[in-house]
Amino acid sequence: MILTTAIRCTTIARTKMLNRKQAPHIYDPVEFVLNLPPCEKFTLDNGVDVYAVNAGEEEVMLAEWVFFAGNSYEEQNILAATTNFLLKNGTKHKTAFAISEHFEFYGAYLNRHCYNETATVSLHCLTKHLSALLPVVAEMFTESIFPEEELAIYKQNQKQRLQVNLKKCDFVANRLIDEYLFGFDHPYGRYTSTEDYDKLQREDILKFYQQYYTQGKCILFVAGKLPEDIKQQLNNVFGKLSFKPATVDAVNIPATPAKEKKYEILNDPNGVQGAIRIARPFPNRRHPDFPKVSVLNNIFGGFFGSRLMSNIREDKGYTYGIHSYLQNHVQSSSWMISTEAGRDVCRATIEEVYKEMEGLRNEIVDQEELDLVRNFMIGTILGDLDGPFQIIARWKNYILNNLTEDYFYNSINVIKTVSAEELQEVAKKYLNPEEFYELLVI
Amino acid sequence: MIHYNRFVLDNGLRVLVHEDHSTPMAVVNIMYDVGAKDEDPNKTGFAHLFEHLMFGGSINIPDYDEPLQRAGGENNAYTTNDLTNYYCQLPAQNLETAFWLESDRMLSLAFSEKSLEVQRKVVCEEFKEHYINKPYGDAWHKMRALAYQQHPYRWMTIGKELKHVEDAKIEDVKHFFFKHYRPINAILVVAGNVKTEEVKTLAEKWFGSIESGEKYNRNIPSEPKQTAARLLEVTADVPLDALYKTWHIDSRLEKGYYVADLISEVLGGGTSSRLYQVLVKEKQLFSNIECYHFGTVDKGLFTIEGKLVKGVKMQDAEDAVNEIVSKIQSELISDIELQKVKNKTESVIAFEDMSVMNRANSLAFYELLGDADLMNKELLKYQEITSEEILEYSKQIFDPNNSNTLHYYSKN
Repeated sequence: MILTTAIRCTTIARTKMLNRKQAPHIYDPVEFVLNLPPCEKFTLDNGVDVYAVNAGEEEVMLAEWVFFAGNSYEEQNILAATTNFLLKNGTKHKTAFAISEHFEFYGAYLNRHCYNETATVSLHCLTKHLSALLPVVAEMFTESIFPEEELAIYKQNQKQRLQVNLKKCDFVANRLIDEYLFGFDHPYGRYTSTEDYDKLQREDILKFYQQYYTQGKCILFVAGKLPEDIKQQLNNVFGKLSFKPATVDAVNIPATPAKEKKYEILNDPNGVQGAIRIARPFPNRRHPDFPKVSVLNNIFGGFFGSRLMSNIREDKGYTYGIHSYLQNHVQSSSWMISTEAGRDVCRATIEEVYKEMEGLRNEIVDQEELDLVRNFMIGTILGDLDGPFQIIARWKNYILNNLTEDYFYNSINVIKTVSAEELQEVAKKYLNPEEFYELLVI
Repeated sequence: MIHYNRFVLDNGLRVLVHEDHSTPMAVVNIMYDVGAKDEDPNKTGFAHLFEHLMFGGSINIPDYDEPLQRAGGENNAYTTNDLTNYYCQLPAQNLETAFWLESDRMLSLAFSEKSLEVQRKVVCEEFKEHYINKPYGDAWHKMRALAYQQHPYRWMTIGKELKHVEDAKIEDVKHFFFKHYRPINAILVVAGNVKTEEVKTLAEKWFGSIESGEKYNRNIPSEPKQTAARLLEVTADVPLDALYKTWHIDSRLEKGYYVADLISEVLGGGTSSRLYQVLVKEKQLFSNIECYHFGTVDKGLFTIEGKLVKGVKMQDAEDAVNEIVSKIQSELISDIELQKVKNKTESVIAFEDMSVMNRANSLAFYELLGDADLMNKELLKYQEITSEEILEYSKQIFDPNNSNTLHYYSKN
């Protein structure tokens, strides 16, 4: 009883003291010293590099095999993605079902993804099951047979999926804007039609598989709570395969951007929203402006407190969300603004996007806004470095982009020190509406 | 095993602290015991609209996001049929900023007309983006209304119709806030690089003086036992025919929930599952098929849905689904299959628990269910399930009289 009374009194006393209009003191994240946790590198007997982050509390891990087998290497549309997708659909000794069942029995997830330069296979599993799983992963890289029946099912289902996606304005817009930026013949600008699926032949897939997986270039990333004998395990299973050591060489195919800059497409006459994409070509991560523009992009449309979001969602209510970002391409990037807005306010939305560009060109960002963005970015990076999977993802991105950890420290330094004047300079250089492609798909 | 400390403030606010000193971050998670199921049937979508308004400024702080971002933090929120959850993550040094912000919006919102006007529009765009402007976007509106005739799960969190959202008034907002957003109806979880004593002090300081409010006692109609199969047929401008089937299952804390969860894995978990192997691969009747449930607090829906391969008749597709369902009703699953789905569950839980944010969110959810410690007992509950129980429960839920079927036809 007495204790309760005492607490109540204290509470009342505190209430009087408590000024809720006064923000508590904050430690500016911009003052924090950020360190990129290390990543161990070792090499298998066949020269394949392995990058490892051994950390985490849970008994789980991730292994990711990165092959230089993305769509930049294909001579026929969708061949790279198909090969990647069907890797687990049958080997000399196991059916597609048996492979799936093997991984699923151990509660593991085996995923594959095809990107522009690379194509990956990733395994998420409980650490204790790793040794039972690795040999079957290896089998997929050396003995996959791509059965005709599996290919036929894949073609049929992918075509159906494509039909559904083509009804969506955002899907159509994403395809077209990349085509305008890079040209249809460029791996970044290409997309798939049902005819492309029809043209797929098993022989072509096998050939691609031999060249880019079985005899291909591979890099391996592992992270999580790793078993003590991880090196031996990986070397025993993968160290004798005929992979080539990977040197990260870019495929250099010139982009052929479209001449016409503005497009409007009616995809669904009954559509109640339009997908808006506004984008311009932009250099890759190695360009000296990249880190500065990353900061400017945050102010422009890179997070919830950005100008685009504040104006177009939080002030006008035209959209559920609007974002801008720099595409994570190795060769050359683009700066993209993306949103779905109400059909009747699409034009108004586009106008506002240009107004925000104009604001960044004409007026210097005030100190308060810039400080906020610096703190937010640093805080986000700090959160992103939390956990082994996030750490390895960052390392992977650097390695595949031919960057070193200097890039990390340089980016942090730019976030902390870039001046409002420098930001205005890059705004003037890059945020010119006439250099942007503009697409509206309803 | 997730360790935590728990205490209750005098005003009834439950506080849980999960210390993890391996991270530099802190997570502050506030769950309110209110969801779409608490809405007036004529004002649906309100709990979710309200969630948006929680970012429109509070009584002493004009903007929620800005100070949090300045402290290096990020936040988000979500609404389900059962609950509303707000969470933010920030560098642990700045923990107090989150207390300041969260306590002020629990004290009172600013109730700005402008914010209501804008967020009505934003939510309408969200509605359009996900449920109108997408093929099959209305399927779940229809299925819920078919499967639930009494229980408020019969509408979706986003609301029954745009008009309900458009008609929301500031009086509704105030009423809803003071009814549901009180300490007595909330759970605060603080996790990450924090100390329990520090959290106690901060909780007292910032939340201690907020008026308790009245405990909200839910009085919503329970769904009567379904006694006859229901079928709805629709035709829409979509490229492919689709089939949706649902069956009523037990509520979140009943034994049947856990059994149904494992059944959904046997039938639809991954590409070695029964539905995928037979219907997509062997018979090629479906181009994709999924099996899932919603994990709802009250009695939920077990679902099988898929898109038919062009040219396949709806009846043939449905017969094939029913055949797989009747097999699990009549034959024990093998020991290997049982082990497989249990292994999967172990793995899912381990991966979920990797992130501090997920751990904080789960603690709040189990506390809402009645006991945070349930979080540490989940795996055991799955491990105890036998193949006989799976057989028995399959017989019960897959009774045709417990089924709801939606034939979604392409008009092309």
